[in-house]
Amino acid sequence: MIEDTNVPPPLVHTKARRDAPGPESSARTSRAHIMDRLMAWVIHVGGSISLIALLLIFFFLLREAVPLAREYNLVQFLTGRSWYPTSDPEEFGTLPLLLGSLWVTFFACVFAIPLGVTSAVFINKLAPPGLRNALKFAVEMLAAIPSVVLGFIGLIFLAPLVKNLFDLPTGLTGLTGAIMLAFMALPTIITIAEDAINAVPRSYQEASLALGANRWQTLVGVVLPSARSGIIAASMLGLGRAIGETMTVLMVTGNAPVIPETIAMPLRTMTATIAQEMGETVQGGSHYHALFAIGLMLFGISFLINLISDIALNRVRSGRTR
Amino acid sequence: MMNARVKERVAFALMTLCTVLVLIPVLLIPLYILARGIGALSWEFLTQPPREGMLAGGIMPPLVGTLMLVFGVIVVAVPLGVLSAVYLSEYARQGRWVRIIRLAIINLAGVPSVVYGLFGLGLFVLFLKLGTSLISGILTLSVLVLPIIITSTEEALRVVPQSYREASYAMGATRWQTLSRITLPQALGGIITGTILSIGRAAGETAPIMFTAAAFDLPHLPKSVKDPIMALPYHLYIISTQVPDAPPRIQWGTALVLLLLVLSMSLIAALVRARVRKNLRW
Repeated sequence: MIEDTNVPPPLVHTKARRDAPGPESSARTSRAHIMDRLMAWVIHVGGSISLIALLLIFFFLLREAVPLAREYNLVQFLTGRSWYPTSDPEEFGTLPLLLGSLWVTFFACVFAIPLGVTSAVFINKLAPPGLRNALKFAVEMLAAIPSVVLGFIGLIFLAPLVKNLFDLPTGLTGLTGAIMLAFMALPTIITIAEDAINAVPRSYQEASLALGANRWQTLVGVVLPSARSGIIAASMLGLGRAIGETMTVLMVTGNAPVIPETIAMPLRTMTATIAQEMGETVQGGSHYHALFAIGLMLFGISFLINLISDIALNRVRSGRTR
Repeated sequence: MMNARVKERVAFALMTLCTVLVLIPVLLIPLYILARGIGALSWEFLTQPPREGMLAGGIMPPLVGTLMLVFGVIVVAVPLGVLSAVYLSEYARQGRWVRIIRLAIINLAGVPSVVYGLFGLGLFVLFLKLGTSLISGILTLSVLVLPIIITSTEEALRVVPQSYREASYAMGATRWQTLSRITLPQALGGIITGTILSIGRAAGETAPIMFTAAAFDLPHLPKSVKDPIMALPYHLYIISTQVPDAPPRIQWGTALVLLLLVLSMSLIAALVRARVRKNLRW
């Protein structure tokens, strides 16, 4: 991941050095200096492209979402219990969608965080070196599988299984979505948690072992508490991955925009709503603006999650693990 | 003491079990798709357009569409991503501004893919009036893969020894000469890794192109960058949810081709990175 430490300070050309008219100062070197200045300018502009992109995303979400405030009651938008975008009058209550997202994400995290952290410990502490590399590679491959392929597998393989196992009228439920999302969040959780566990100084562990603690006691009493910030960051980023996932939940959760009472019923997430309805709506209409407003909510949620995990990760890097 | 030892054994056994539980599907999913989809693969399947309302025929237009998207993303995103990484690692003073840019990169990587779709619709399709088109899809996906390219290029730039740069400066080379002839060539492995990972990501994403580039069904290939395209992931979504009675053979075949495309990119990236890391250890 990105880190701030260990970056050598950039060499700064002093003005004196750049402009010093050396004896070899010819047309060729002055052209090199012009090129140097030009490229420095290009690189400085290019350097902020990510910030520009992020601001553009925010601005264009805002631009298309704000008109909703004139067309629909915002309190109703945030707390309304029914989402009927095409009925007359239209109802844009996002509570069922928000709860749908939260339910699926919560259950995905319940599955994925313990499994992910356990796997990270296994990979870092228990697996022999050859197996460790193979496992890390497998995790990387899991991260690469496109979400639409996982959605397809969930649709054909997992949904009938869930239906028969729990004797439900349909297999397309929040639970099916949560299981698939758990798999999608796992690579993020495993990778970051493993990094955090790896960053715990060996001396801590050796001290614990020397005091007579066995490996399990060292793990629970020393390693995991020291890696706490990293594990929190891993969980947060896994959560972010789960709440923002679109195609898989669109394909396997059944897409019923109702307030879920149990996880074993069809529901509808915020992401799936946008994906499902944006293609069918009139551009510039209230429904269109409402979908952008949901996008803005998602943007805000992911911003918060990333901010929290970034703070946690910075604590890991600066060594303040508690 | 016996108690503690038993506890350790039980705990470690459970942890092993958990890891196995996590990894079985990782192995099973690709193998299962391979087993079900391999029968559909044929020259005709790859070179024929869908026929009879996607109930027969092949996947040529979506496959070509995805390849076009990926090519465009490389052309747009790689130069921008490399510039940004160079700025962060070679030109910027470490301080609050760099911290803000890094935070932006992290956030960019975390924005939900469907939100990228909304952004692309708002900016490229409607505001810049590019329409639902190849170019809108390329630009949207380019923003999405930027963090991948930046992160991997920066990692590679960081391991180039400082002494290389100092030697170059000492011989009178300018900053740009040092960068273009010494530092960047040394970091080529990281740039290639980032590029390949971006190819995999751009090829597999569905939600960002749903409202910016992809069309349900097209009789012909796009003639210009302003035409809509078919794309492999969107095609898989369509034939598995929107076309009742789509033959499983075609569904599995499409899933297999998409998976092969994406996983082979990840595999190559992993190999390149392993090689680079081995070579770059001073």
